[in-house]
Amino acid sequence: MITPGNAIAFTIALPLVGCLIIWLLDKKPNLREAATLATGWLLLILSVIVFMAVGEGHRPGYQFFEVIDGLPLAFRAEPLGAMFGVIASGLWLVNSVYSIGYMRGGNEKHQTRFYMSFAVAISAAMGVAYSANLFTLFIFYEVLTLSTFPLVTHKGDANAARGGRVYLGVLMATSIGLLLPAIVWTYAITETTDFTVGGILAMHVDAAGPIVGVLLGLYAFGIGKAALMPMHPWLPNAMVAPTPVSAFLHAVAVVKAGVFSILKIVVYIFGIDLLKDTGASIPFMWIAAISILLASAIAMHKDNLKARLAYSTVSQLSYVTLGAMLATSMGVMGGATQIAAHALGKMTLFMCAGAIYVAHHKTLISEMRGLGRKMPWTFGAFFIGAMSIIGLPPLAGSWPKFFLMLGAADAGQLAIIIILMISSIMNVVYLLSIPVQAFYMNPAEEGEKAQGAGGKGIDWGNLSEAPILCLAPPLFTAAGAFVLFFLADDLHTYLLPLIGGG
Amino acid sequence: MNMIAQLPVLPVIVPLVLAPITLLLPKGRAPHLYATFVSWATFAACIFLLREVAEAGVLSYHLGDWAPPLGIEYRVDLANALVLVLVSGIAAVVFPFAYRSVQLEIDKHQSPFFYGALLICMTGLLGVTITGDAFNVFVFLEISSLSTYALIAMGARRDRRALTASFNYLVMGTIGATFFVIGIGLLYQATGTLNMADLHDRLAGQNSRVIDAGFAFILVGIGLKLAMFPMHLWLPNAYTYAPSAVSAFLAATATKVAVYVLIRFLFTVFGFDFAFLGAAFTWVLLPLGLAGMFVASLVAVFQEDVKRMLAYSSVGQIGYMLLGLSFATVEGVSASLVHVVNHALMKGALFMAVACVVLRAGSHSIHAFAGLSKRMPYTTWAFLISGLSLIGVPLTVGFVSKWYLLTAAFAAGHWYAGFLIVASSLIALLYIGRVAEVMLLREPATEGKYVIAKQDAPLSMLIPMWILVAANIYFGVNTDLTGDLARRAAEALMLTAGAG
Amino acid sequence: MDGWVEFALGRYNYWIVIVLMMTGLYIVFARGNLVKKVVGLNIFQTSVFIFYITIGKITGGTAPIYWKKDVYYGGDHGDGHGDGHSSEDAHDANATHEVADHGEASTSLHDKIDNDLATNDLKAALENVEADHANETTTLHEAPEGAEKIANDALAASGDKIESSFKVDKDALEAMKDTHAEAGADAAAHGAAYAESGLQYVYSNPLPHVLILTAIVVGVATTAVGLALAVRIREAYGTIEEDELVAMDNVAEFGGEAEAAAS
Repeated sequence: MITPGNAIAFTIALPLVGCLIIWLLDKKPNLREAATLATGWLLLILSVIVFMAVGEGHRPGYQFFEVIDGLPLAFRAEPLGAMFGVIASGLWLVNSVYSIGYMRGGNEKHQTRFYMSFAVAISAAMGVAYSANLFTLFIFYEVLTLSTFPLVTHKGDANAARGGRVYLGVLMATSIGLLLPAIVWTYAITETTDFTVGGILAMHVDAAGPIVGVLLGLYAFGIGKAALMPMHPWLPNAMVAPTPVSAFLHAVAVVKAGVFSILKIVVYIFGIDLLKDTGASIPFMWIAAISILLASAIAMHKDNLKARLAYSTVSQLSYVTLGAMLATSMGVMGGATQIAAHALGKMTLFMCAGAIYVAHHKTLISEMRGLGRKMPWTFGAFFIGAMSIIGLPPLAGSWPKFFLMLGAADAGQLAIIIILMISSIMNVVYLLSIPVQAFYMNPAEEGEKAQGAGGKGIDWGNLSEAPILCLAPPLFTAAGAFVLFFLADDLHTYLLPLIGGG
Repeated sequence: MNMIAQLPVLPVIVPLVLAPITLLLPKGRAPHLYATFVSWATFAACIFLLREVAEAGVLSYHLGDWAPPLGIEYRVDLANALVLVLVSGIAAVVFPFAYRSVQLEIDKHQSPFFYGALLICMTGLLGVTITGDAFNVFVFLEISSLSTYALIAMGARRDRRALTASFNYLVMGTIGATFFVIGIGLLYQATGTLNMADLHDRLAGQNSRVIDAGFAFILVGIGLKLAMFPMHLWLPNAYTYAPSAVSAFLAATATKVAVYVLIRFLFTVFGFDFAFLGAAFTWVLLPLGLAGMFVASLVAVFQEDVKRMLAYSSVGQIGYMLLGLSFATVEGVSASLVHVVNHALMKGALFMAVACVVLRAGSHSIHAFAGLSKRMPYTTWAFLISGLSLIGVPLTVGFVSKWYLLTAAFAAGHWYAGFLIVASSLIALLYIGRVAEVMLLREPATEGKYVIAKQDAPLSMLIPMWILVAANIYFGVNTDLTGDLARRAAEALMLTAGAG
Repeated sequence: MDGWVEFALGRYNYWIVIVLMMTGLYIVFARGNLVKKVVGLNIFQTSVFIFYITIGKITGGTAPIYWKKDVYYGGDHGDGHGDGHSSEDAHDANATHEVADHGEASTSLHDKIDNDLATNDLKAALENVEADHANETTTLHEAPEGAEKIANDALAASGDKIESSFKVDKDALEAMKDTHAEAGADAAAHGAAYAESGLQYVYSNPLPHVLILTAIVVGVATTAVGLALAVRIREAYGTIEEDELVAMDNVAEFGGEAEAAAS
């Protein structure tokens, strides 16, 4: 019988079984892809079961075994994790559909390895989502890093090797060099690593008080996946990967696992009251704010679409970190909703980028002028995604910005509000300009630089869109961003226990 | 005279008596099968021994029925039972593994000598571990060392530098052993006994220059044997040019046993009553451990030869063990013991993977590893997983070691050491990552001497290697055996050492 | 001055040890010829042999003699070995030594037979023994509390015989009572004779000699292996001079393919 507790265990195990099946079906691509999709559906159902149970106030858990005395490999769902679990598994399903279209459209090599790595990665992401203690979180965090390495270096050329080196180097160096000692230090002080409402360090203020700032720094930079500057270089470098990888892992699972971990640690390990009282998080709040602006500034002059999106991700991730470091309940709420909203928005953008690549092999933004008239659906979805990221209603992205500003006001950090506003304006410049150019400018002809608006309208009879498997998913997520806007109240209520309400 | 009563002597007597018979066997398959069988029998005896000790507590065996402290006592407690199982277990895996590798690397007419010497080497290491008599330690240490010199020199068929490496090791090893025996002599002069437990009792409360000098001689002597930085210079060449199977065996056992001897002398023989001990921890083991962790690991990064890289890495890893000891806490000592076991597992597997590459590519240069994932996938993955273990990635034994070490460091208040430990792990990431990248992302050589066929190592090598790799994962997930035993062993050691 | 001279000359064998040790080590490190290195190692090891023999000589010591096989063999801890090992500089006059046997085993050899044991008062004897112990006089052993009563019983039973008791552990006491009763007469007499004569016998403790025999065997083996290696190196390289070997290895290392060893 599937209880929510078992369901958690299955969410970890199922993709691994799926991975095995994919391996066995190496020579039969259709069956292999069917296995991926079936796994995706089951996984989504399981995570929804967990999600519902958490919504009813349960905290389902599952413990595998103790690895080291007092340190079990254990899982326990709470609102934030349950939400992340649903987002990750839901988007994985969407992404699998998209991957099939992309990989077949591009005739990529080593597809079996690709789907296998993907399955392991999603298993790890679920492990991070439901982890009941820091120890478990760290284990799955590392598994996530390693399982995505084959994906990043999928192309296997020198470029991929360099990107992979930076990717693995930064993520492993930060996690082993900073995160691991931080966890052990926490363990040495509190003798537990369990995520506990109110924060375990808050219960040991005597011992932890003087080093809260140091520990918070170790966590904030140690979780390299959160891409807080200057730990961000892995993200743009990971863009050498095929687009589905970028879309899912570097816009959703990996980076979200990072900021999710930061939120979870701030809420359940430190406790926002502890941070508020000690003021330890203020410097990191500023670092996050600077990250937001700097990354946006870099994004503005990137011509490569994926690179621009990557820096946009760096910037957007720092919203979550910023929300956590504000150490107010509204800040945390803003960070949590940003995880969901940004996942939908950025997923849409990346999948559109991939669709453009599959259909026209274009990667530079300057080459995409006028392309909107050939693939209006793709750029339409892109437009919606971009609006959501910017934070315009009626799209999901507007809520996190709203909560964050409220949180900043609560914390008395008016400068942060101004920074958020500047950042939104920058987002408008570098994100909206892409579909606008695609729709309204003429293509750059050979040898001359075409400028100016105008030109022909869309020739609906003669579109050259990407294959349907590449097109439908971004449309679906774009619609999701729209729907989520109206579900914000439910989401807010759902996440209330996080900040001690509900 | 039931078998249980005789159990403690079996791990030494069985291979010691049976080893020479190897030479009488016809050349070819027979010596190998025979030696494999002997090593398995020894392993079985060690496992029984560990079970006995875990249940019944310390076992004492009087050799020739002469009671200690006059007679030689074999004394098995948890700490050495663990090391016994480790050494014999690695041997039980290396022997079946060795056949193809030996076939390639060693003259056929030498192969009976090879297996005989390897058995004797194992005997020596087991003897060092099991004995409770200080002078006996020296004798067994030399038994294992002498056979090791011969084994390393057998690498000369592939590369004559094995001979000079072996000679240098002989010189350093003999100096180390002689220092050790001088130290034992001084202790005997001061106490009149050679039995370790008895030594401990009689040293209690004594403080004289004789004992101080003895301590220093012993520390330096063992330091040479265990390649404590900066006394490690013999090790890289010895491991590099030894026959591949020998490298795998030595890297996994020889230095581990030396670490065990160090632990035994520091805690069981001297103990905290001995005023010098604290100073030795603070001013010798701690700084040398840290220095080894960094200097040797950094040197490893720049090696073109994978075997030599792993050898330097071993020196660095010994630094971790010394560091754990230097905390002089239960956590620290158990971290050291855990790392002794874990490092043996990972280094054994890594050297075995290199042996597989040598079998197919005929070289252990990093260039031979280019594109290996496309040529020898199972070997590549074995190398990768054990390499990750060396770095300390979760779900591997390396992580368990790091975790124990870090908690010990923070609990002992040496938080800076905690950061240095992880910093040094990152250096491991560099050198393992370098090989990993070559294996995974570089194209296989299509011309030149590093061209290899698309053919993985034979099953006789893959299976033993993957047993070790599986152990790397199993003990990384389930620490009931290693962690708990090490902790109990450390508690017992600290108790005898008089921690308070 | 006299004190210094005496200090130096009285320990002449230690000086020999040190000089030989340093000479050996110097040869090992300074000489490039591999055979000379092996010889240096030999000299170094020889110094250790002499050191062990030196500490085997004990002024005024006696051989530890046990009677009654089962007295000695029977006990787990109950040995009364009196093999001395006082060093000249540490405890000169200490001919024999006390066995500190974890507080449960005991030995009852003795020397002051007339004074102590003859009174049949073991308690007094014990006190005496302890006092002797403190004074570092020539005493053997101590008898822990548990042994007292049995010893007393035994003494009473055997009249003028001198007896001692060996206790292994409490359970074994009763069983061993009888077998222990005859322990000790001869050795006691020896010890007493030495103690009373005031002569400084130089006693050779056999144990270090045995140890050093073992070490010599090890040393011979090491030398054999070392020389064999030198022979092989000579075959493979054509020289046994270290610097030439290093130069050739460097060529192999940095100058391309290592040549196959001549074998």
